[in-house]
Amino acid sequence: MAVINLLEAINQALDQKLADDSRIVVFGEDAGFEGGVFRVTAGLQKKYGEDRVFDTPIAEAAIIGSAFGMSLNGLLPVAEIQFDGFIFTGIAELVSHVARYRNRTRGAFSVPLVLRIPVGGGIKALEHHSESLESLLGQIPGLKVVTPSTPYDAKGLLISALEDPDPVVFLEPKRIYRAGKQEVPEEMYRIPIGKAKVVQEGKDITVVAWGAMVRETEKAIKLLENDNISVELIDLRTISPIDSETIIKSVQKTGRFLVVSEAVKTYGAAAELIALVNEKAFLHLESPSARVTGHDITVPLARGEHFHFVSPERISDAIKKSVRF
Amino acid sequence: MLFKKYDPQKGQMLKILDEKANIVAKDLDPKLDKETLLRMYEVMHLARVADIKALQFQRQGRMLTFAPNRGQEATQVGAMAALEPKDWLSPAFRELPAMLYRGVPLENIYLYWYGNEWGSHIDPALHTLPVNIIIGSQINHAAGIAYASKILKKGEVALATIGDGGTSHGFFYEGLNFAGSYDAPLVVLIQNNQWAISTPRKKQTKAVTLAQKAVAFGIPGIQVDGNDILAMYVATKAAVDHARAGNGPVLIEAVTYRLGAHTTSDDPTIYRSNDEVAIWEAKEPMIRFKKYLEDLGYWDDAQEAALEVKHNEYVNEVFKKVETELGAAKLEDVFKYTYAEMTPALEEQLEAYKDFLAKGGK
Repeated sequence: MAVINLLEAINQALDQKLADDSRIVVFGEDAGFEGGVFRVTAGLQKKYGEDRVFDTPIAEAAIIGSAFGMSLNGLLPVAEIQFDGFIFTGIAELVSHVARYRNRTRGAFSVPLVLRIPVGGGIKALEHHSESLESLLGQIPGLKVVTPSTPYDAKGLLISALEDPDPVVFLEPKRIYRAGKQEVPEEMYRIPIGKAKVVQEGKDITVVAWGAMVRETEKAIKLLENDNISVELIDLRTISPIDSETIIKSVQKTGRFLVVSEAVKTYGAAAELIALVNEKAFLHLESPSARVTGHDITVPLARGEHFHFVSPERISDAIKKSVRF
Repeated sequence: MLFKKYDPQKGQMLKILDEKANIVAKDLDPKLDKETLLRMYEVMHLARVADIKALQFQRQGRMLTFAPNRGQEATQVGAMAALEPKDWLSPAFRELPAMLYRGVPLENIYLYWYGNEWGSHIDPALHTLPVNIIIGSQINHAAGIAYASKILKKGEVALATIGDGGTSHGFFYEGLNFAGSYDAPLVVLIQNNQWAISTPRKKQTKAVTLAQKAVAFGIPGIQVDGNDILAMYVATKAAVDHARAGNGPVLIEAVTYRLGAHTTSDDPTIYRSNDEVAIWEAKEPMIRFKKYLEDLGYWDDAQEAALEVKHNEYVNEVFKKVETELGAAKLEDVFKYTYAEMTPALEEQLEAYKDFLAKGGK
């Protein structure tokens, strides 16, 4: 098995699906000739030609809106939004049409497509390049929202996304694009959308994280090595729809619950998961469900971003507080 | 008039000072006074030094991402010289020369690219907005500024800059169309530097020129040699006068070239040839402007050498200040400008975080 990073795993999934499914087209700003600003789509235009892998003019509404049209008329688009903060200039097409078309037409039309977006902070980038979108996009009925935390999951989830009957937003945690390598099978395989993964079993507290925060939580668990706390770590993998079964089963066992999310706190994905646990496992709780999140602020520019982003220390502190409540 | 004569649909491009510093359109020579010309040159020179040094600081790991401006100085400074101080600039993100000409301190510009919001803390009296990353949205902002100027009878013109790639964005059309429908005094300056990151100009649109897009808005459009500072001044002055007189917006396409990378995160050798860059290096705007000043007897080698020393020292000094005094972010700052007054939730979050830090957290 080849040992590759998350970015290479996405490239491999796209490569294999482009070969496998002639409906697939891959496009976005700079996504064709140079293979994207992060090089996620590198080499694909050369291999599959400019009709199938191409650069678009700078226009997010046109990228998402035309992906919608392509999907209606026989193609399977994989559209890229160059950076998380650029989604807002195209979001009308996503929210008003892509997400709703199956419902609007009572199933006469559906728009399977994949929208890839690098997300989150930690690379000391410019403004609008470090946003966390899971809470916003998780609020839109009709969209599935997926985010991998490992190369293995990235490939399996993306292949599933490309075979899903509904539109899938694929959030790529850019800070871990090249952060670690892992053995990834050469052949195609699928990781089901809507299924969380128990990364590590434990008995004292359930911690749910996703994307880049899984790695930060693993670092936090290492910090707690001498604290005699047994953490059950769940990688949510799919933001929407939520795998409540895996979470509730875990909380019923551990009796404590913590969510880690880089997005802002108020009205966020973490709040949603806490509400879920409150609804379905309240009597199992031994301490208040808690969250470690970004603050309710605009993502600071690079020199101040560390004040906002979730650190392993903040996570381990919250775990200790919950267990010692 | 200028816009009739230089019709982009007839392949006309305004050029006054050619690459060898000859005046090729004598009737259009603006005959700017010595003081103005030297101010223009000095700002271009400062921008050039600050640009090159920013790249050096970035390579040394002292500056973060930076968007270089080299090659686009005449486009920007020529246009800015045609504005009055009360006019507005609504820039994109590659406007260091323009912002300097408008009086924005280099300190602000460096602080911004250093990664600190205080870089965008610009004196509102300068009527110059800070860096705008969201492609094209500055056109709408300028349209609104122009509309307000008209309604409040302020006599101000709003000038927005945008790249060739930005003209593909809906905002470009929406803002110009809106301003046009109410004759708002808006001038849009397209800096057509041929590349939107890796995407060439020809992949943005089938339109032969970007200036001809004016036709659909019902406004004048003109294509200008963007490396010819006199042509840039003349075209912008005509546009500003037209807008200020209540005739509505004007679209200017400056044909120029980004000699450097898109940003320091970009590697242009992937998508363009050294031969292409070399052609434009020979046409870069400082060469001909300097020669023009020398021919007029306004500038010589000794003055050039002295300016080089002065600007190098100044830029080093500014960056040192940014690096040692101003650059580090303060915790309170990332919270307290979210609203006019901190909300209870924000205060609680800030206190909890300070408490966490005080106990050794990070």
